[in-house]
Amino acid sequence: MSSDALLFYAFAGVAVLGALLVVSQRNPVYSVLALIASFFGLSGLYVLLEAPFVAVVQIIIYAGAIMVLFLFTVMLLNVPREDAAEWDKSHPLYRPGAVRIGAVLALLMALQLGWALSRTPGLSAGVGDDTAAASSVSDLGVKLFSGAGDGSAGYMFAFEVTSILIIIAMVGAVVLARKRED
Amino acid sequence: MPIGHYLVLSGLLFCIGAVGVFLRRNLITMLLSVEIMLNAVNLTFVAFGRQFGTVDGQIITFFVMTVAAAEAAVGLALVIALFRTRESLNPEAFTTLKW
Repeated sequence: MSSDALLFYAFAGVAVLGALLVVSQRNPVYSVLALIASFFGLSGLYVLLEAPFVAVVQIIIYAGAIMVLFLFTVMLLNVPREDAAEWDKSHPLYRPGAVRIGAVLALLMALQLGWALSRTPGLSAGVGDDTAAASSVSDLGVKLFSGAGDGSAGYMFAFEVTSILIIIAMVGAVVLARKRED
Repeated sequence: MPIGHYLVLSGLLFCIGAVGVFLRRNLITMLLSVEIMLNAVNLTFVAFGRQFGTVDGQIITFFVMTVAAAEAAVGLALVIALFRTRESLNPEAFTTLKW
């Protein structure tokens, strides 16, 4: 096995294990920490895919900023642990009808996914074996800040719209979390 | 590595996130599961971007991350507001709109 394959399986294992821990932990603080571990695994995968910019942004913005926001909220609220006994009583999965319909749907989707993967050509060739990697950050910046036209789609409009989205989200968060006077 | 491996891994992560949203009874863990699903999609974008040798996949990933940050900020503000009124994070506690 080549070193690339070994690294892929190591990082993929970290990502999947972290995700499983997020879902299985009863204490939300541990869930957040497991998710940070999972993000580090994903970041390694991005390095393998020759996307260093995305790898670094994944660590700085996701594992840094967003997860700290989550951790801050968890500790601020002093969230109670999920009560297993209450879970058993109130969970919709204990209604037999929901379980049957859900199981059939999940089975159908798994079958369809397997079928689609088995029918797709070129899945066994190495990723990007025949194309050079576009990993230069300056190329990415040029594409991000150029307008549409000149034969290639630019992303400047989407970038500007994103800034409006962030302002709206910021104002919305402040309005929602504010203490009501009335 | 073949791109099929990346697609299967991405599907696996997405399923884990979906299972978290459906099974957990804690609003914060449900939001964390949504983040797992967004990251699974990001992995697909970057893998296909590498496959076709363009930067577009990485740029879309950048936008997905921005939207995820906005979603986390608003979602957590909602969680704080809900916790203030009901002292609970169990979605079963918020049934005022249930008919």
